[in-house]
Amino acid sequence: MVDEMTGMTEGGRPPSNPPSETPEGGRPPSTPPSEKTAMTEGGPPPSTPPGETRDTLDIWVAGTEEPQFQPTDEGTQEFGPDETEARLDEQFGRVVDDDYIFDDEVSDDERSVLNMGPQHPSTHGVLRLQLELEGEVIRRTKPIIGYLHTGMEKTAEQLSFYQGPTNVTRMDYLAPLHCELAYSLAVERLLGIEVPPRAAAIRILMTELNRVSSHLVALATNGMDIGALSMMIYGFRERESILAFFEKTTGLRMNHNYIRPGGVAADLPPRWKDDVAAILDDLPGRLDDYDDLLKANPIWIARTQGVGVISAEEAIAFSITGPALRAAGVDWDLRRAFPYSGIDQYEFDVPVGKSGDVYDRYRVRVDEILESLKIVEQVMDAIPKGDYRVADAKITPPPRGRIDESMEALIHHFKLFTEGFKVPSGETYVAVESPRGELGCYLVSDGEAQPYRMHTRAPSFYNLQALPIAMADSLVADTIATIASMDPVMGDVDR
Amino acid sequence: MNPVLESLAAGFDTVAWEESHGQDVARVPGEDWEAFARAAKEIGFEVCADVTAVDWLRQRPERYEVVANLLSIAHRTRLRMITSVGREDPTVASLTPIWPGAGFAEREVYDMFGIHFDGHPDLTRILMPDEWEGHPLRKDFGVGSVPVQFKESHQVS
Amino acid sequence: MATTAPGNLLITTVTKAANWARTRSMFPATFGLACCAIEMMASGAAHYDLARFGMEVFRASPRQADLMIVAGRVSQKMAPVLRQVYDQMPDPKWVISMGACASTGGMFNNYALVQGVDQVVPVDIYLPGCPPGPQSLMHGILTLHDKIMAGEIVN
Repeated sequence: MVDEMTGMTEGGRPPSNPPSETPEGGRPPSTPPSEKTAMTEGGPPPSTPPGETRDTLDIWVAGTEEPQFQPTDEGTQEFGPDETEARLDEQFGRVVDDDYIFDDEVSDDERSVLNMGPQHPSTHGVLRLQLELEGEVIRRTKPIIGYLHTGMEKTAEQLSFYQGPTNVTRMDYLAPLHCELAYSLAVERLLGIEVPPRAAAIRILMTELNRVSSHLVALATNGMDIGALSMMIYGFRERESILAFFEKTTGLRMNHNYIRPGGVAADLPPRWKDDVAAILDDLPGRLDDYDDLLKANPIWIARTQGVGVISAEEAIAFSITGPALRAAGVDWDLRRAFPYSGIDQYEFDVPVGKSGDVYDRYRVRVDEILESLKIVEQVMDAIPKGDYRVADAKITPPPRGRIDESMEALIHHFKLFTEGFKVPSGETYVAVESPRGELGCYLVSDGEAQPYRMHTRAPSFYNLQALPIAMADSLVADTIATIASMDPVMGDVDR
Repeated sequence: MNPVLESLAAGFDTVAWEESHGQDVARVPGEDWEAFARAAKEIGFEVCADVTAVDWLRQRPERYEVVANLLSIAHRTRLRMITSVGREDPTVASLTPIWPGAGFAEREVYDMFGIHFDGHPDLTRILMPDEWEGHPLRKDFGVGSVPVQFKESHQVS
Repeated sequence: MATTAPGNLLITTVTKAANWARTRSMFPATFGLACCAIEMMASGAAHYDLARFGMEVFRASPRQADLMIVAGRVSQKMAPVLRQVYDQMPDPKWVISMGACASTGGMFNNYALVQGVDQVVPVDIYLPGCPPGPQSLMHGILTLHDKIMAGEIVN
């Protein structure tokens, strides 16, 4: 644009109202404003006094006839009838009253809106971000979600309580056992039953191994997004050994449907201790390899330290839990605060960071892997013998062999798998510490065999709310690092 | 009742307190919802863990219940606030000015149930497409399942 | 077209060569949505290596990709995006619908999901599984390769 070029050669910011003798570059030659009718294409809006040029931003204001550039409305979720000047001023940054933008002066530079996603290699699933950029700096962000909404809460009202885990396990698909555990604990609390100690220990074993595999994916994608492409290969390679163990125990590599109300679906396979011992021997050495690659790497440090900072107050205000909260310095872990399934009998530390940036979140996750391996080792050494599910015939299906022998077993099996067991009415909220934070299940029952309302408190849903705060006034390249470090799982967010 | 909540209970006499499977539940009437929430934040519930709703359709006199689960890191305790909202023009005060973390959750409740939150900065659909009509988690909104056809079967109407 | 021209040995050989080249370096477009995406990433990783089929390069831009592996559940909000990405891919293009949710809507027969991705894009291979393991995915990909080599799928 001609006037801005002249403005810049004078060494200052281009004036907002360039001198009227310089034609505004963005305006195509057209009839003078006085001859303009309401429906003429091109040219400034008729309210411009003749001879005076308008700032290009003004043509975005609603209420002008036939603006030159139609604002795009893909995905803007609020262009509604109550669109006032004041609101648009706020949205386009002419009036800034949020306290996380440091530059209080209204900027005359053009801000461009960049749409990132939903199909994007670095957004960890179908997350869509609308970034308002000023050059390379992000001023405002709006996360738009819902691209993976599956109606799981509605589906849960159609499935029986025993089928529930098949549904919830697909919410946070990187930590499916945690989802199943939250649901099963909620059902068991409403039923008023306690699972046998062996079942509780097996649950802890499986969920802590799941935490390890989930953090490995987080490290892998974190590394890949920032540029350490080999981390992707390393992370998934280690994960394979854990998934092989899961496949042996539960039958599936992912989405196991293993932790069910009443206990677990099947006992651990014979010689499972050899498999777990192999994992425990192998992983710490590999983690040292990753530390060699990343921990003191100047490129990694330059890209992750001081980036995506979320302070402790911001984290608490935005209901962020999990590694992001601990990296900000808050020592809060549900395994310590509200222990579940007998986890308080095992000794482990809770790693806490200092500055809440991407580097601290990465370190917290690596340390959590080591702590989880400690718990797995303790479970392996001290696992009690006994039943792997509660012995109540009204809740637990009978063993398959008994169906041929006993009529009651056959009838119970039939009733449990066609109708399901009924849960007394009530409501409860149970939360477990998933790799992403507090994963809770709010369950309401009205005495029937299906839940009346099943709501999952998804950690990634809340963690994403902090993205605008973490990404304010940062560069586009840091966006990728920040999203990767928050480790959102879109199945959890959208359910 | 948890001793932490004594002062909170003393300040509001319209609130009914219950215990549900070991957790404290406060049934708050709609007009005191925001004041109670502020008071709860004052005494130490810094985190709003979850905001959700239940549709009781015809089982209760007031159709919807809005449920907020609060968490106190300092006191290591939880509190659940429940309020009942009627079926005509369901509206509740928003908790977002108190806890910004409730923003997305209240949008989800609006999207899924149609309950309005007064004072929410951006109450729009979040999970469904913008032009979707209806509120899916209401009990009178069908599941929307399609009949499953098998290869050899006749056309399912 | 070329293969039906009678007695034209040169053109049929070129078609065969083209099909061979297309299968041996098919670039998938990243369309990983949900749990199946993780299995797709795992099949690209070291243990189950997709690079031996020339496919480890997952192109982010659909303009540079041949194959769209729809991995995961497609919600109502995502369906137009899916169609747009499919339309942006240049010919010849193929679609594998990976997993039960992409093929038929899976276990979620409800308002929120498109019951089968073939309502939005034409599908060449359907992969069952929830999620299909990397071996199943590779079997599906190799079946697609066979079909292309045999000339069954011309597009």
